[in-house]
Amino acid sequence: METIQNKLEGPVTDELTLVRAAKQGDDAAFEELVRRYDRNVFRIAQHITQNREDAEDVVQEAFLKAYGNLQKFQEQSKFYTWLVRIAVNEALMKLRRKKPERTVSLDEDIKTEDDSLPREIADWSPNPEQQYTQAELREILSKTIQGLPPGFRTVFVLRDVEGLSTEETAAALELSVPAVKSRLLRARLQLRERLGRYFQKRESGDGNQ
Amino acid sequence: MKCSEFLHELTNYLDGVIDEHTKVELENHLSWCHNCYVVCDTTKKTIEIYRDSQLYELPEDLRTRLRSAIMTKCQQHRKRGPESV
Repeated sequence: METIQNKLEGPVTDELTLVRAAKQGDDAAFEELVRRYDRNVFRIAQHITQNREDAEDVVQEAFLKAYGNLQKFQEQSKFYTWLVRIAVNEALMKLRRKKPERTVSLDEDIKTEDDSLPREIADWSPNPEQQYTQAELREILSKTIQGLPPGFRTVFVLRDVEGLSTEETAAALELSVPAVKSRLLRARLQLRERLGRYFQKRESGDGNQ
Repeated sequence: MKCSEFLHELTNYLDGVIDEHTKVELENHLSWCHNCYVVCDTTKKTIEIYRDSQLYELPEDLRTRLRSAIMTKCQQHRKRGPESV
């Protein structure tokens, strides 16, 4: 990091400058890219694989692949979007190896138009997350998102957790923009409905309101 | 506007990518349809809760270990040549 900052003057070096330096063989520049995005790649990988060791492997494999293929990176998209694409593919491959009996694909069909239309409309408590400890809340969120098909949770994580745009998500997953939007809507509605089991407003006064 | 039409536009509405005319129609629908109001509000909360959850944070010690393993492998790769990845 120090090397980069000394060399490139300034605390924040833009992504493309780092990528170009890395292409020229500057490993410190590549290491800075690792620092910049390792947390994101880990989060995405764990969301997809639902397994910490697999997520660790995905982080290593994704960065190593990016390093090995850096010359092929055309600079037409952001490096981060390209890296996410590699990481998602690695994570899906892990999942396929573990669950070969189940289809693990981003192209899985949406069963029916109405499969995730809301059935439960009960309102939530005003600050539902405060009913639980941090650890309990993480457990609830983790369990809830695990129940979504991989294609849905991947779109949700990239769009809503990592903050990629719809277009970037589409590019990273090699899906069309309408496909991303459709999966995102269903993912959001399904998560909402599942979380409702924990966050619903209690009818009787039980001290949670 | 019907509830199904509202739902169809929900993602665009929450993401703020919607034209002014449709937005007015959606908000008019929300002003009288309690069910859609609840769905919209709790979907928004769902997104916020996940976004703020810090789920699957990478611990600093593991982070250092992973980065060091990555850089070691990258250096080995460079020595061996591009076929090794």
